[in-house]
Amino acid sequence: MLDVYKIREDFPILSKKINDTDLIYFDNAATSQTPNQVIDVISDYYKNYNSNIHRGLHSLSVDATNKYEETRLKVKEHFGITHNHEIIFTSGTTHGINIISSGLEKMISSKDELIISEMEHHSNIVPWQMLCEKTGAKLKVIPINENGTLKIDEYKSLLTPNVKFVFISHVSNTLGILNPIKEIIDLAHKNKSKVLIDGAQGAAHFKINLSELDVDFYVASAHKLCGPTGVGFLYGKSDLLNSLPPYQGGGEMISNVTFDKTEYADLPHKFEAGTPNIAGVIAFGAALDYMNSIGFENIDAYEKTLLDYATENLRKIDNIKIYGDVDEKISVISFNIADHHPSDIGSILDQFGIAVRTGQHCTQPIMDHFKIPGTVRASFSFYNTKSEIDLFIDAVKKAVKMLG
Amino acid sequence: MKSIQEKQNQIIDEFNFFQDWTEKYQYLIDLGKSLPDFDQNNKIDSNLIDGCQSKVWLNSSFNDNIVIFEADSDAIISKGIISLLIRVFSGHNPKDILEANIDFIEKIGLNSHLSQTRANGLLSMIKQIKIYALAYQVKK
Repeated sequence: MLDVYKIREDFPILSKKINDTDLIYFDNAATSQTPNQVIDVISDYYKNYNSNIHRGLHSLSVDATNKYEETRLKVKEHFGITHNHEIIFTSGTTHGINIISSGLEKMISSKDELIISEMEHHSNIVPWQMLCEKTGAKLKVIPINENGTLKIDEYKSLLTPNVKFVFISHVSNTLGILNPIKEIIDLAHKNKSKVLIDGAQGAAHFKINLSELDVDFYVASAHKLCGPTGVGFLYGKSDLLNSLPPYQGGGEMISNVTFDKTEYADLPHKFEAGTPNIAGVIAFGAALDYMNSIGFENIDAYEKTLLDYATENLRKIDNIKIYGDVDEKISVISFNIADHHPSDIGSILDQFGIAVRTGQHCTQPIMDHFKIPGTVRASFSFYNTKSEIDLFIDAVKKAVKMLG
Repeated sequence: MKSIQEKQNQIIDEFNFFQDWTEKYQYLIDLGKSLPDFDQNNKIDSNLIDGCQSKVWLNSSFNDNIVIFEADSDAIISKGIISLLIRVFSGHNPKDILEANIDFIEKIGLNSHLSQTRANGLLSMIKQIKIYALAYQVKK
């Protein structure tokens, strides 16, 4: 297991005070905190080798290019990807999804069908609705069970010959439920449908091998993995990425430009127009190194103990309802107590210095399913402690008492 | 009838009694609970105020140059905050409402305890109150 108190020393923000009490940060599913090992890399970049990549011949540019490309190698290794050029750096998961959705505009017709699920984040709903509006394709939705899990039998019956794509989250950001993505991918492939997995929540908690998964596209964000905001990556199989048109025109993504015709660059540059977030991408590499130095097995095991401990103690509170209370989940707990509005509980917790998320968590269909205005969502990371959970449970009880 | 400024001063005095944020919040919660029931027929989307995390409905009526506000929310703390706004604004003429300078929120220290989202919601409520007043003044 890991030494949490030693790890906490790496995160300067964790010693911050809110309303004169120690910050308790339980909004990790939205953004994870950043260790010195990552912050220092960003500052080192601007102090020592800030320059544009891939274009310059001078030493600074060579340094920056090498470090930027090192992250691609780290992503390749960490996520079990076969080729470097199958990794496109993006500004985050949403950007990755939009590269695909806009690329598919010419390849999808009104006869085609696309599948998403009821538990998707708005980022994995709206781009596909927009694609359907433009192409006339039909969007089909896999419903969820009362415990929040996907209805896999319904998925099987939705997988008809016209289904071209399936877009599913690896892990639900609201419920924390881990979806059976291997089964989902295999079923889709038998049907000759391609699959995009939204890995925003999945990538942060356990190691994934994308080649073994045989997934067609996978998207994730660095800021859920102790990296900076505004950075992420899109993985796609070479032949699929090659078949898609570029997302943006500009510098970097071309091989030859004349006023008669422009030839596009090969992968991955075809999708990386303009100057990227160079410091951010390099820092993302440092974040992967940092998390691997702790070990994803240790992270996963430790977060499980936090999840179990918090769930067990929350369940003891009268009239609490935990949404998605199943075994196969990550360290995210969404709940409501009696008929108290989640924003009331969240506001009071904030006064106690406890950061949780309240509201719909960009998943309005889930809220509609459960007929609730929102939930309180506490999400734990490997730098959180059981004593923080004790204080959190205590504060929740005080909030309920205040609300009467 | 006290003026809008006098009512604000009274609220500031009340909040000065409280030792810490828990007492302030408890007071808001109690105010929220004691806000008179909102006419269910007025819980319609066109009465919803944009920009609040919880649902806030605001309705008004106009008689003898006096504007009466009523409001509701599905969250109790929001309801407490609205009840303060109603206490300040309700029962005044449109001109006074439009000219009122709202300083009590800052002075009772509520600003520093509101998240940006909440603070924006509060601003939207005040804006909506003034929009109603403006509409009545124009109609008059």
